[in-house]
Amino acid sequence: MNMLIYLIPIALLMGGMGLLAFLWSLRSGQYDDLQGAAWRILAEDETDQRKP
Amino acid sequence: MTCCTMDAESVLALSTTSSSAEEVRLVSQPLGEGLRQLDLSVPDVHCGGCISTIERALLSLPFVKTARVNLTARRVTCVYQEEVETRATDPSKILAAINSAGYRAHLFTPQAPENDKTRNQLLLAIGVSGFAAANIMLLSVSVWSGADAATRDMFHWISAMIAAPALVYAGRFFFKSARNALRHGRTNMDVPISLAVTLSYAVSLWETVHHGEHAWFDASVSLLFFLLIGRTLDHVMREKARAAINGLARLAPRGALLINPDGSRHYIAIEEIAAGDEISIAAGERVPVDGIVVSGESDVDLSIVTGESSPVAVASNSEVSSGAMNLTGSLVLRATKIAKNSLLSEIIGLMEAAEGGRARYRRIADRAAALYSPVVHLLALVSFLGWGFLGGDWKQGMLVAVAVLIITCPCALGLAVPVVQVVAAGELFRKGIMVKDGSALERLAEADTVAFDKTGTLTMGSPRLVGVGTMDESATAIAHGLATHSRHPLSRALVRETKTAPMSFDSVTEIPGGGLEARNGADVYRLGNTAFACGTSVVPRTADSPFSEVVLSKNGVDFARFFFDDTLRPGACEAIDRLGAAGLETLIVSGDRQTVVDNTAHALGIDRAFGSLTPKQKVEECQRLNGQGRRVLMVGDGINDAPALAAAHVSMAPATASDIGRQAADLVFFNDRLDAVPEAIAVARRSASLIRQNFALAIGYNVLAVPIAIAGLATPLIAAVAMSTSSIIVVTNALRLNAFGKRRDMQIRGGIGRSAEVKAA
Repeated sequence: MNMLIYLIPIALLMGGMGLLAFLWSLRSGQYDDLQGAAWRILAEDETDQRKP
Repeated sequence: MTCCTMDAESVLALSTTSSSAEEVRLVSQPLGEGLRQLDLSVPDVHCGGCISTIERALLSLPFVKTARVNLTARRVTCVYQEEVETRATDPSKILAAINSAGYRAHLFTPQAPENDKTRNQLLLAIGVSGFAAANIMLLSVSVWSGADAATRDMFHWISAMIAAPALVYAGRFFFKSARNALRHGRTNMDVPISLAVTLSYAVSLWETVHHGEHAWFDASVSLLFFLLIGRTLDHVMREKARAAINGLARLAPRGALLINPDGSRHYIAIEEIAAGDEISIAAGERVPVDGIVVSGESDVDLSIVTGESSPVAVASNSEVSSGAMNLTGSLVLRATKIAKNSLLSEIIGLMEAAEGGRARYRRIADRAAALYSPVVHLLALVSFLGWGFLGGDWKQGMLVAVAVLIITCPCALGLAVPVVQVVAAGELFRKGIMVKDGSALERLAEADTVAFDKTGTLTMGSPRLVGVGTMDESATAIAHGLATHSRHPLSRALVRETKTAPMSFDSVTEIPGGGLEARNGADVYRLGNTAFACGTSVVPRTADSPFSEVVLSKNGVDFARFFFDDTLRPGACEAIDRLGAAGLETLIVSGDRQTVVDNTAHALGIDRAFGSLTPKQKVEECQRLNGQGRRVLMVGDGINDAPALAAAHVSMAPATASDIGRQAADLVFFNDRLDAVPEAIAVARRSASLIRQNFALAIGYNVLAVPIAIAGLATPLIAAVAMSTSSIIVVTNALRLNAFGKRRDMQIRGGIGRSAEVKAA
């Protein structure tokens, strides 16, 4: 039983990290263009690069 | 549409809508350090190839820093340098680069990012409630699998602590809306949702305090999670279409060249034009504000403003309204009204007055809620009282009532409508049709009458040569040779459709408002309207003819006549046939002359055609049909159609429509073919029957589960299973949209095949 005292906080912490990761991805605009992102996987890298 | 290719002609047609460098600079936003950001709407991008083609084309320009295509919103964001080596750059090259890559590009004014904020809040709420639901479920499973007294209590307490903030944060959308509805004496889906969530939390907390066996924390949080998914889908669908539609600012000029009193000229934004200012309009530009011609002569194309299909000649003191396209000569206008008060504001007034019919429409989910929520609340109350009076156990009665509320909570109902509508909107999006919001699909499915505008909707607004009245073969060659010197739409049609080798002349001059004059030795040829070509003594033919007429004269003597008719939009005939086969009535409401309208109606086999209608009369026609109990779908594009688009039960506009027309329409189609209309109706009808099925499934599921709850057998496990299963069934059913109803479509197509055979016979 005592291990629950560790395990439950650990589970919540991991879940919370997932939530934070989601918040970060939302803030950084990763959901702005879902269709484009799907296609960009297939594109060659050169179009994605910035010019010097 | 074949992938990533456009025919040469349409690219050519695009180049006429190019904007000046000043106009582009006006639209782009300064980023500092000499950089500016330009947002463009590119409605044709649809795949990965398009993304890299456009980005590569833009990055190859030396002054472009970054270019990024957003495929979802069909937009390009481009950052460029204002100066390269102390020379100002020409940002209109960005548009030119996209055009030459084969895509249409339109200037775009970014709207306030209000909408994205709502979407992000909804997504955050999903994240929070999802996190809470997952963790609570984890603890609940341990309870269900037999955690005993002390452990169970601890798990319940932890669940309660996770659930409370999640409910407050993620539930606020529902609580707010429910409070609003109740305050106005109405009820909607959010009322039973809010009640079930808060009651179940309160009862669970009470149970936990008293070391009870059952708690419903998991149910109340996962309920919110599912419902938020539905709500977010609904919101995202609406925003996606709206962003794409708002992005098209094809027909509104951003500014004009102001002539200062000292004669100098500079480009100013449209909002800065004051009444009394003199502005210069070059040939090929649109008129930004209503005004009076001070000097210059020209022909203006009013098709977007009034629906009149042939160009009108203007000279000094003529009034010109905003939105008209200046065709042949440059004009100096004195603005009589500022942009806000131009013709547009009148139209907007009419639109606001006309929108009443649509505002009364209640979405199907709300109509369902009006029936559903009283029944649910009554059931819960009856079981509470029943267990209290018959069993004598009021606590048990309370638990049963809460179980009933949770099991019947419209979780599946909340998903039933938005999921179908999102799938349908996605299907239409792939076919090039944008849906502004879900209720538009519901209304479209009910339409039984289709009213078309003529110019720009049934026809493309570009003339086509239909007849030549001449005895002399050489006349065509002469006319062709003359017409090559003009950009007047009739001249262009003449060049496009006569195949003779053009004749050359000693000199050719274009007389704005008249036509073309050429000298060849001693002969003078004139091509234009009758009065111009044959001298004023000849009375021009009456305006009864359905065709536009151009006269070629030699030394003032009538030599040949050319007749033009508007080109039908591709797919118009098939579209009308399909609508007829699907049992819809069609009619034309147009601002053009009656004879021209009759001609089009005859060509398409439409029985009723009304011409010469003012915007107000179009609205009245829609309202008259509404009054007869008909549900009118209005299809139109011009400024003059906008009030009717707002007044009709549901409306569609092509992407080439005026800004205001697109704003007023519920659906916008991007491809040229008019087939989009029956296509959209077919998908809307399919989704309507899927929605009905979903309601039946969700309610059927509840009917099965409710007796279990009333019998007091609903443990949290059963509630959780019932809720998720009904949601999953509803979502799965919605995904059948593409397969569903295909057979019926085939039948309609088959019907057309037969009618075509009959016609051929």
